[in-house]
Amino acid sequence: MQTMYDVLVIGAGITGGCVLHELSKYQLNIAVIDRENDAAQGTTKANSAIVHAGYDPLPGTKMAFHNVRGNRMVKELCERFQVHYSECGSLVIAADDGEAEAVRNLYERGIKNGVPGLKILSREETLKLEPNLNPEIQCSLYAPTAGIVSPWELCIALVENAVENGASFYLNHEVTAIAQEEGGYAVSTKNGAVFHTRYLVCAAGVYADAVHAMAAPADFSISPAKGEYYLLDKNQGSLVSRVIFQCPTKAGKGVLVSPTVHGNLIVGPDRTDGCGREELSTEGAHLAEIREVSRKTCDRIDFRQSIRNFAGLRAISGQEDFIIREIPGRPGLIELAGIQSPGLTSAPSIALEAVELLQKAGLELVKKESLRAPRKAVRIKELSPEEQREKIKENPLYGRVICRCETITEGEIVDALKSPIIPPAVDAVKRRTNAGMGRCQGGFCSPRVLEIIAREKGIDPTEVLQDKEGSFILPRFQGEKQL
Amino acid sequence: MKYDIVVIGGGPAGLAAAVSAWEHGARRILILERDKELGGILNQCIHNGFGLHYFKEELTGPEYAGRFIELLRQTGVEVKLDTMVLHITKEKEIHAVNTKDGYMVIEAKAVILAMGCRERTRGAIAIPGDRPSGIFTAGTAQRYINMEGYLCGKRVVVLGSGDIGLIMARRMTLEGAEVLACVELMPYSNGLNRNIVQCLNDYGIPLYLSHTITKIEGKRRVERVTVSKVDGERRPIPGTEMVFDCDTVLLSVGLIPENELTREAEIVMDPRTNGAVVYENMETSLPGVFACGNAVHVHDLVDFVSAESAKAGAAAANYLAGEKDSAGPIVEIANGNGVGYTVPQKLRLEAINAPVELYFRVRQVYGKSDLVLKSGERELLRLRRERMAPGEMEKIVLPPSKLAKADSGLTLSVEEEPV
Repeated sequence: MQTMYDVLVIGAGITGGCVLHELSKYQLNIAVIDRENDAAQGTTKANSAIVHAGYDPLPGTKMAFHNVRGNRMVKELCERFQVHYSECGSLVIAADDGEAEAVRNLYERGIKNGVPGLKILSREETLKLEPNLNPEIQCSLYAPTAGIVSPWELCIALVENAVENGASFYLNHEVTAIAQEEGGYAVSTKNGAVFHTRYLVCAAGVYADAVHAMAAPADFSISPAKGEYYLLDKNQGSLVSRVIFQCPTKAGKGVLVSPTVHGNLIVGPDRTDGCGREELSTEGAHLAEIREVSRKTCDRIDFRQSIRNFAGLRAISGQEDFIIREIPGRPGLIELAGIQSPGLTSAPSIALEAVELLQKAGLELVKKESLRAPRKAVRIKELSPEEQREKIKENPLYGRVICRCETITEGEIVDALKSPIIPPAVDAVKRRTNAGMGRCQGGFCSPRVLEIIAREKGIDPTEVLQDKEGSFILPRFQGEKQL
Repeated sequence: MKYDIVVIGGGPAGLAAAVSAWEHGARRILILERDKELGGILNQCIHNGFGLHYFKEELTGPEYAGRFIELLRQTGVEVKLDTMVLHITKEKEIHAVNTKDGYMVIEAKAVILAMGCRERTRGAIAIPGDRPSGIFTAGTAQRYINMEGYLCGKRVVVLGSGDIGLIMARRMTLEGAEVLACVELMPYSNGLNRNIVQCLNDYGIPLYLSHTITKIEGKRRVERVTVSKVDGERRPIPGTEMVFDCDTVLLSVGLIPENELTREAEIVMDPRTNGAVVYENMETSLPGVFACGNAVHVHDLVDFVSAESAKAGAAAANYLAGEKDSAGPIVEIANGNGVGYTVPQKLRLEAINAPVELYFRVRQVYGKSDLVLKSGERELLRLRRERMAPGEMEKIVLPPSKLAKADSGLTLSVEEEPV
């Protein structure tokens, strides 16, 4: 007998993950499908990792509402799910009179949006908070509720918890067709599977327009805009203590300089419009531009301490606001599209609206009597020596450090490999444990992580992936031919 | 737990330091090693060429390590393997962890820092392009191939001409891979000349000097790289691009001494070496804490690591025996023309009763030239060199009689012979 889901979510990024998690609180048969081999593999893993305060979006937009409400929700979720998060605050710095005016406009906008605690700081006040900033600045907008987060940790934690509360998940399932059928929708995937569902939520990120076009006539398109970044060693991580934005000007939004929740410094992004949906390469000229533009914020960043460059894509829909709707003529098909910045911050709030839309479309919501609490991951380096001693007694593998730079133990890696969504690759282990995220970028630990993955999963080392499907680390050869 | 000397690291530096400390009378010595066996990176260096200076014979890396492990067995030095040091305090308290003892706090009277170094990564040099699998530091590839038994690629481009990269170019070739090119940013190689000859020339692998990788492409696995010539400012020159279809990129773009523990203990560091500033006996700015090997400065030859580390071990034993620091004058050795750094960086003149070995690197390739050591304006020493290169560590020996004439800071410089 074929399964009929109550709700199927397409996309296991932060938006889909939040929807799945919200739905998992109700007595529903739900599932998420994603084209990649892990949750959080799209824009969720490659962005600025900022929890925006909410002074940017135009008042009255969905963006403004979800940003401000989402800001508080992300904080609560991170506390509940033990996701790395810090409410460090943000500053928008103004370099001249024109920018000072723009900063005051942002302040007014923030007040209208209901952002708490906003303050315009003088040059002296700003430099007192952030002594390493360019002393030329005139003033700044301080937003105490802005924060930083580990987006992939949050997304994976939410999807995991939904799965522990009964949701199904199907990775490596790329949607190829959506057909309306009696009582709902049939969703076909590239690998030949067909999912039947009463209600459908599309949270397909940079593929949102393509998925939309499978179900209904196209009425928007996504044109991804690439942003490139520098991630710097922890020895640069305390140059600033807050998220430092440059004042948005006609020339662009500038680049931000911010500590990360893992103690590094992130610098970026730039913007390249009209990119392909998988165009994630970095370019020398762009990286040089980021280094140059960042000097306006702080000229003391030592880019020789770079540990990684990466690029992410913004899902630009050509519309000013998020697209959050039931697609006209497609009852029960909810679309969440164009979730560009501040999409990460807004996601939990967007999920609430998505569930309301489902309810309006006829979905009955009955709360489950009990829910399984979030899985508590052991993080050895965050424990006191006494607590570490106890943990190592329970499980000696907590005493074997595999990742030297981040001090991650074999016990933590094995825990991750036993979690509900088994990490399919070395980088998936990295996103769950931080192993390989440090200054040597896995030079020392990746062969050992590979060995642990192969052992725990009972597979050959040559089957272990670096990241996405096909990214073999140790290719198998027969003669000249790669298998 | 209490020990007289705790040695952090059981690679060549830690082994030589521990053996030497024992030979100089110290007891209650403990080596903490993070790997499951002693020997450090030597264990994956299965090629020969080790020991020509120290043992006067040619050994492989594991054989060289084996000699020291044998020497260590004849002492009462204790070893904890699979043990990670987490912190060192200024009071010489060492926090470490392993599966058997759990979380340990060890009190030491003297500490020898011998943590070695790590490889620079793609991120450190910001190579643009995609981020597929198939990009390895040369040492990681060496571990896969020599320790785990896996060839990690079939068509290879090596970026950087450091010694590990050169050795791996040969190694991958011998295992059946095709090494298409070795690409070096600088106009000269950073590896030993003998490695250029024996690892590249002998196998017909082209070396492109003043070139770099300007793009890596590949969605899942590396598919191709673009290599461009660079100008005098090391900027890629448009129009000089060459494309190599390959599945693997090996990086041999420099080594960085591992000194997170050193910094945490607030020991004075030298930005030129990325290691601790040391005196003539390898003591750091924190009395009773010594440093040696690649944690102090990156060496080319393990033989010199052993010699330097033996000096640190002896000094730690002497420290325990109550040899007090002289209160006498301290002179610093400054970089003169053409000199990149020196080790030691500081000399305690009154403590010197034997010749001091001064290690250094030059900043560029030199032909016939003089090395000149001056104290202020006074020339103390002048030595002739036929050829010097940044890739080859240089050594001079300073006799105490010459140093006795030093009355102010020393400067070491290169004077080129006019053409």
